[in-house]
Formats: sequence, structure tokens, C-alpha cells
Amino acid sequence: MNILVFVKQVPDTETRIQLKDGAVDTTNVKWVANPYDEFAIEEALRIRERLGQGKVTVVSLGPDRVKEAIKYALSLGADEGVHLKGDGVALWDPLAVATVLAAAARKLGFDLVFTGKQGVDNDWSQTGIILAEFLDLPHVSVVVGLELDPPAKRGVAKREVEGGAETVEFELPAVITAQKGLNEPRYASLKGIMAVKKKVIPEWTLADLGVDPASVGEGAAAIRFVDFSLPPPRPAGRILEGEPKETARELVRILHEEAKVI
Amino acid sequence: MPMFAVLAELKDGAARKITLEMLAEARRLAALSGSGSVGLIALGPMAPEEAERLAHQGADRIYHVEGEALAGYAAEAHAEGAKAALERAKPDTLFIGATSQGKDLAPRVAARLRVGLASDCTEFTLQNGDLVARRPIYAGKAFGRVAWNAARPRIATIRPNTFTPLEPDSSRKAQVEKVPIGPVKARARVAGFERSEGEMLDLTEANIIVSGGRAMQGPENFELLRKLCKVLGATLGASRAAVDAGWIDHSHQVGQTGKVVNPTVYFAVGISGAIQHLAGMSSSRTIVAINKDKDAPIFKIASYGIVGDLYQVVPLLTEEFERALKE
Repeated sequence: MNILVFVKQVPDTETRIQLKDGAVDTTNVKWVANPYDEFAIEEALRIRERLGQGKVTVVSLGPDRVKEAIKYALSLGADEGVHLKGDGVALWDPLAVATVLAAAARKLGFDLVFTGKQGVDNDWSQTGIILAEFLDLPHVSVVVGLELDPPAKRGVAKREVEGGAETVEFELPAVITAQKGLNEPRYASLKGIMAVKKKVIPEWTLADLGVDPASVGEGAAAIRFVDFSLPPPRPAGRILEGEPKETARELVRILHEEAKVI
Repeated sequence: MPMFAVLAELKDGAARKITLEMLAEARRLAALSGSGSVGLIALGPMAPEEAERLAHQGADRIYHVEGEALAGYAAEAHAEGAKAALERAKPDTLFIGATSQGKDLAPRVAARLRVGLASDCTEFTLQNGDLVARRPIYAGKAFGRVAWNAARPRIATIRPNTFTPLEPDSSRKAQVEKVPIGPVKARARVAGFERSEGEMLDLTEANIIVSGGRAMQGPENFELLRKLCKVLGATLGASRAAVDAGWIDHSHQVGQTGKVVNPTVYFAVGISGAIQHLAGMSSSRTIVAINKDKDAPIFKIASYGIVGDLYQVVPLLTEEFERALKE
């Protein structure tokens, strides 16, 4: 089974977001593989291990730094990695990004495609599903459980919804967007980290993919950010100290009688 | 005459609250734009009195798409249904709920029509007749305002609990247009639903949330919080530390790799306030922190707080609330 995992590189979740010159300041950001993509990588590796055959290819679109995210996935056990050069691509626009990813998927071939359910930077939650549409595939999003029946070309996924979980029956090939809870991602082994050094990560440009730059550039972007802002600071609160019995009683009085929120 | 259309989210043939919230915002924008109208798109079986109710809630025109393909939810079939209705209605803007189903469907529709989609919007403004949407990014650590190119419709998903439904106006009427669709090959289809623990509201819909963190020390101590939840009618949340330790299921996690919530009251119990947690809950109206450590970052954003041992404070709070709410 030929499995593709599309990985995005994002600022670490511990990052304090600051603005500079009207945009999010990324100067001192620690870049990591998107947390939801880690569940996607892990699931792909487990499927390959369960079947005892197959190939996991990790693909990332963006500037040169995204190679680090690819190397991370390789150190976990992915077989191959491909870097899609992001020059001239409207990387904030999920339609543009999915157009490039779809071209890469067609070039690589696949039986199953994974992405994270959303990037924890722009929080669009769109790219994986748009990719499915562009590749003319079914999709299941926000997946927390997955069972495959490759010979029958079918699968059953559990997806998280309000108040519970839905079961979705789907045909293969498909796009699955991973949610936390799907599995417990492994750590890289020393052997895995050493093995990365020997791997060559090919770089593909839009020309290599046969994508017209005008179709994915800024001029073609369907959406754009006009400006950014930070949440206003919260006013100082009332912090109670002292005997638990008194502070508990006082807090309940404040919330119930004064603020009247409970 | 611009039309602001709303894609209804139907459950057992009735529109969920998010639909009414979107209708209210569509109505406001239609009025603001001068002579705008409000369209409603319903996919699949709808209860007989529902069209009338949705008219009372603000819809001028209802496009009801029917066909066997829409009997249960399937993204491919529903996208086809939405497309058929949009070809008929030709709205400038389409709102879809930022719910599990809406977030699953909206990208399909946007990709099929090759139009821009702004997800999880919380505010709209019209600037010289052009729509601009505000939405949280980085789980609320920042906000971005988004505009669309010339392709129509612009699509936006709207976060639940952001707008307030209109008071029903029984004098309002809507014209109902039936839009038939043929069979659709849907290769992924919802086959079942499993309800999760208790009868708590989902975190994203909850008015009150009680969350526990690292100081809960183990799964058994979450019982303390469940008791408080029961008294308050609250939903149970957790920090990443508690989820990663395996004490509670991930569906309870609040923060950047969990849910982004905005309840009226958020109790952070034994949560120090890591930045990725604060991102997910700092837009709560009132934040109450209970922590032993006076210097914990959570107190910096708390509206109220108690410095103390949660194992003493929480049972006392539960008792006091029970008494106060009985009166």
C-alpha cells in the first residue's frame, strides 16, 4: 500500500504570537511538524507495519525550512520525503496549497492519503478536504479511529463530532484527516535519526509538477488576510487567599450574587 | 441586490440553533447592504413546519434540495446538493455553521466551486460593500481579518454561539423553491453515531466549563470536577497535561491542540496556564482559577481566583453552589 502523508510545518504551540509590520512575527519561532500531522504520520506507519508491506511518503510544501519537518517524519520511520518548493505559491490560501499538493499526489501515486485535521497556525481545517475534492476522492475528517480492509478497498473511520463519535464507511483510496486521539505517536529512535542522514529529499518545483504558477500565486488567491490583531489584555482579576471555607463561600457569592453569571 | 444565503444544518429534519444564529447575521448584513435578501438552503428531509419557522427567523427565500442521495449525511452528496441550490439562488455570500458537519462540508463546496472559504468566523463587516470577516488564528492567540477575491459566492463558516437568533416574527413569509437532485455517488457515508459520556453539552456549546489540569494527579480525582459539573450543569474540560497523561479522553481537551471554547464561565482547576491552553479559553467571558501556586500564569488572565488546594476548595465550592442554587 502506497501511503502519502502531507505535513505542514508550523510554529510550536508554546509560541507567543507577536505582530511585526502588520503580520505575524516569525523571527524567533521554533518550527515543528504540525501536531495533528504527527497522528497522520503515526497512523501511516502503523498501517504499513500491520500490512507488513507498503511505502510511506511524506510531502511538505513551503520554504527550505520545511525540510526539517520531512526529516522528522523520516526519523520516525517514513520511507521517503519530498519537498515541494513554495516559491510563488499563495501559502495562506488552502485552494492554492491543495492544487499543488494534488499535483504532487498524482505524480507520486497513492492508495491512501493522510493530512492533519488542521494546521495549528491559520486553523483553516480545509486543505485535506479540498485535496480530496481535487483528487476526486472521498474523505473522512477529524478521524479518531480507523480500520481498513485493503483487499475489499474499504474502510471504516470514527470521527469526532459534537457529543460523540460518528462512524463513517468509505471506499479506498481516500483522504483521511487525523485528529488527536487517533493513536499515540512514537518518538524517533537513534537508528531512525541516523538513517535520515543517508536519505535524499528531492525538491520539486511547480514546473516539475506541471502546475501553472499563475493558478496558485497571490493573484489567483481566493482569500487573503487584510490585517492581524492581538486579543485585548484582560483586566486584572480578584484573587482570594485565606481559609478555603471562606474563600469558597466568597467566590460563590461573587459569581452568584454580584457577577450573576451562575 | 445581494443575497446572503445560509446553509441550514438539519438534525432529524429540524434546523439546529447555529442555523438561526447564521440567519440573524445574514439579516443584519442584508439590511446593512441596503436592499439585500436572505436565502436559506436546506439539504434533505425537512419537517413540514420547518420552512415556516425559518421564515419567521429571517429567511426570505428557501431552497429546499431533495433527493435520495441526501437521506443521511455524505459530504459528496451534500456538496452536490449545495451546488444545485447555489446555481439557483446565486447568492453573493454563503454561511455554513462551523460545526463538525459544516466544517466537513464547506471545503468540499468551496473546492467544487473554486471559491474562497474563511473558516470559523466570529465577526463580519461591510467595507464599501465588500465583506470582511474576522476570525481567530493560532487558536485565538491572534485574529486575522479575511477578504475574498471576485469569485462568488464567498463562503464563510461561522462559529456557534457567536450570534444571537432573532426573535421569531410570525408575519414574515418565505417563498419555498424545491430543487431536485439526481443520484450521487457518495463514497463516504455516515453509518452510525455513538454518544459520549453523560449528558453534558459539547465543550464548544457549553455555557459553563470546569477543566482540570496536571494537579488532578490521576483519573480518579476528576470525580471531584464531575460533581461540580453536575451541580452547575457544566461540561468537563481538561488541559493537555491531563489528556497526555491518559487521565481523560482527548475530546475533553481545551487549547491549541484541543477545542477552542468561549463559555460564560470557565473554571480552570489545577491548571497552571501554559500558553497553548490559554489560547483555547482566554475568550471566555469569566475565568475562574483555582491553583495552589499564587504565581501561576492562569491568575494573570483570571477574572476571579482562589489560591488554595483544589482538594479542599473544589468540594467546598460544590457544596456552596448547591446551596446557593437551591435558594
